[in-house]
Amino acid sequence: MTLTYSYFPGCSSEATGKAYDISTRAVCDKLDIELKELPDWNCCGSTSYFSIRELESFGVSARNLAIAQEVGGMDLVATCSACYTILAKTNRYFAEDPVLHETINEALEAAGRTYDGNVNVRHILDVIVNDLGCETVAEKVTRRMTKLRVAPYYGCQATRPKGTFDDPEFPTSLDHLLEAIGAEPIYYPVKTKCCGGMLMMTQEDAALRLCHELLKCAQDNGADVIVTTCPLCEMNVEAYQKMVNKAYGTSFNIPVMYFTQLLGYALGVDSKALALQMQIVPVENVLAKVPA
Amino acid sequence: MADEKIAVYFCDCGTNIAGKVDVGEVVKWAAEQPNVTVAREYKYMCSDPGQDLIKTDIKELGVTRVVVAACSPTMHEPTFRKAAADGGLNPFLLQMANVREHCSWVTEDPVEATEKAKRILSAQIHRLPFNEALQPIEVPVNPDVMVVGAGIAGIEAALKLADAGKKVFVVERDPSIGGHMAMFDKTFPTLDCSACILTPKMSALGKHPNITLMAYSEVTEVSGYVGNFKVKVRKKARYVDTDKCTGCAACTEACVVQKVRSEFDVGLGYRPAIYIPFPQAVPLKATIDPAKCLTLSKGKCAKQSCVPACGPGAIDFEQQDEQVELDVGAIIMATGFELFDCKREARYGYGRLANVITSLEFERLSNASGPTGGHIVMKNGEAPKSVAILHCVGSRDENYQEFCSRVCCMYSLKFAHLIKEHLPETEVYELYIDMRAYGKGYEEFYKRLMDEGVHFIRGRAAEVSDVAIAPEEEGRLVVKAEDTLLGIMRRLPVDMVILSAGLSPRRDAKEVAQTFGFGCSANGFYLERHPKLEPASTMTDGVFLAGACQYPKDIPDAVAQAGAAAAGALTFVNNPTVKVEPTISYIDPEKCSGCHICVGLCPHAAIQFNAEKEVAEVIEAACKGCGVCVAACGSNVPQQRGYLDKQIFAEIEGALAL
Repeated sequence: MTLTYSYFPGCSSEATGKAYDISTRAVCDKLDIELKELPDWNCCGSTSYFSIRELESFGVSARNLAIAQEVGGMDLVATCSACYTILAKTNRYFAEDPVLHETINEALEAAGRTYDGNVNVRHILDVIVNDLGCETVAEKVTRRMTKLRVAPYYGCQATRPKGTFDDPEFPTSLDHLLEAIGAEPIYYPVKTKCCGGMLMMTQEDAALRLCHELLKCAQDNGADVIVTTCPLCEMNVEAYQKMVNKAYGTSFNIPVMYFTQLLGYALGVDSKALALQMQIVPVENVLAKVPA
Repeated sequence: MADEKIAVYFCDCGTNIAGKVDVGEVVKWAAEQPNVTVAREYKYMCSDPGQDLIKTDIKELGVTRVVVAACSPTMHEPTFRKAAADGGLNPFLLQMANVREHCSWVTEDPVEATEKAKRILSAQIHRLPFNEALQPIEVPVNPDVMVVGAGIAGIEAALKLADAGKKVFVVERDPSIGGHMAMFDKTFPTLDCSACILTPKMSALGKHPNITLMAYSEVTEVSGYVGNFKVKVRKKARYVDTDKCTGCAACTEACVVQKVRSEFDVGLGYRPAIYIPFPQAVPLKATIDPAKCLTLSKGKCAKQSCVPACGPGAIDFEQQDEQVELDVGAIIMATGFELFDCKREARYGYGRLANVITSLEFERLSNASGPTGGHIVMKNGEAPKSVAILHCVGSRDENYQEFCSRVCCMYSLKFAHLIKEHLPETEVYELYIDMRAYGKGYEEFYKRLMDEGVHFIRGRAAEVSDVAIAPEEEGRLVVKAEDTLLGIMRRLPVDMVILSAGLSPRRDAKEVAQTFGFGCSANGFYLERHPKLEPASTMTDGVFLAGACQYPKDIPDAVAQAGAAAAGALTFVNNPTVKVEPTISYIDPEKCSGCHICVGLCPHAAIQFNAEKEVAEVIEAACKGCGVCVAACGSNVPQQRGYLDKQIFAEIEGALAL
């Protein structure tokens, strides 16, 4: 049976996180999950927007939810953890604050829209692990990722603040998914630690320190590769390794992938269709470890 | 009926009612209602002068019916009924109109509140002419008492009652009495040895001629009412004949299964499959764990070495659970607490990081009779050079339990002292939100610990991690916290972390409460009758509360409440009879068709079928006045006194009359 969802790609899917979007679509195709891209979607309202102009941020976020409501009948799936968090947060605030809900609806009405607060917001990891199930995934694996030691990096937002589909502090769903494709999830106690996020633009020292901790822990525990569930995590942990090395005198060169890329590879999807060539730290050597 | 003289009293309750309801207007309106002879406002009706108003009006104005518009009847109905009776009126000719909980406290708009007060009052004014004089039913009281749970609170309550000459049944779920206190090392702030002050009481209970101890037993069913409870108890099979067992422990040494995690040592030590939980156990009898015993779980044990080891031949693999029925007049609940499950707080790594332990584990670790013989050591057997104690784990936390568990600050201080005593060179860090040293000698103990060189850091720990980012952190635990006094983030590398876990209600507290006919508070602990004035009573007459089953308590508070509960029980069972509310059901034998429907439905087995007359009959002493038979009868025959159809309908008419 095909599972069908509204799909919110988010801004990064058209820029730095292209590989996440491409691999997600390819994986879902393989897993018989139908993603219907939300028509005319806009910025999710996340990150800096939210910190500076909260009300407008809710408005921007709610417009997406209003469109999902118009499309109707499906959960709204986000890949980016920031998109997921802000869309879910808008739902929660609407439920708790009727005045805010009314204010935002007034704004939406100016554009001929309205939002009741009833669209379920989901993370793609949640959908694959809980709607489809690790067992179903395991059945479809054609290349078992045997011997591949993977650091499951959830990032700070996928399970926070209240842990809707997994424990907020020490989640395990990605670990289980990795086991399902035959890989070995390593002990990775920093799995929900911050990657530095937007601080990479404003407080580089702090962000590099956080990335250093994530990379060091992966290396200390013998990871071949780090997989992430968020485009911002992916970029910070992968693209800034040289700067971390410079600041800390280290020599990290650890491949970092979206979990959908690794999953797609295990499902037999072609490397190109997973945009593996887009990774900054080459992943080919790591994947070569896997017995054919 | 038309010539009833109704007196209306409207209580201001200070500003509780008068602050919202226009009392003057309501009283003026009431005075004009049919049958109302007099309507008065008074500041506090429950005061003596307030009650005197009722008495005087009955005598001087010939009042025949009374309505008091005030608080909930659960609060003061007995007060006003007594006043009416003192004035010479049958107390059941008085009705309460609840204009506080049902009106002034829950209505925002004063105009609406005033209108609502009138409706509530009108309902009772319409009802009263239909009220009938009722006589309380007096039933004999069984003077025996049951105590459920035998930690320090249950033990104390049982001893008090037994010393007062009452026969007491003590039902304890575990193989031995003693509860949590038996597991502790020292007690704060006096540093008395916990076992040394507890075990004399345990053995006194075991030997007391007035006490029947039923350990390893559980209450399965409770029926009846104050003075006459019927209790079913399941005595779990020990697979050991306790009459023969001498507690010599030879069987425990002989058992081939030695590595079962000991409940008493919270999993830090081991016990055999046949075991005595600890050397001072009462009763000192062996118990076979049926899940671990090879004979009982697998059907075969090659050696069955316990059998020959037992001189008196007490081992009995065929033993079955036993059902016992008890009749008691009062019940004391002392079922205690559970430690908060620290695994739920994943960021502290309990269950994942070896040297993160719970407070109860530390109690066993520092205890001379514990698994390490009292040596405070890490999992590798070495003494820790630094220890962090994290306060408020699971307490004062909106994610888990909002309440303060009250004992953790103090036992954390005690831990720090014990560590310093055992290992003077070890650094100890206390990470706290606020220090709550509220009891006698507690603040002084806190001061003493500061002088002993313990580091106090004001800040809730954010995380316990094994990820090192500095050389001094390698191979150790790192506690991250915001030091809110210094205004900085800290990383504390330590060897051991103790989680000062909060106290949680027992997992099955709700079901147990239901079995006994009372409820639980929002936080899951047993609900007391009144939070200030009756903290040791429940809403069920004759059932009392003692110890941490009501709310987290330290030992002195638990003992004090146990005394209060015992005194409460005595006030019932010391009387030869008890008056039961006469608002029970009756069945007119002329009208009953003998269909049996009510007989099967009565939840209290209070209806029996008279085969000779072919009618159903209510057993007055057993009826609780729940009304099930009234609603169930197809011919509308059972009627509940005080809640007759005509009374209810008049009440509805009154409420809708405005």
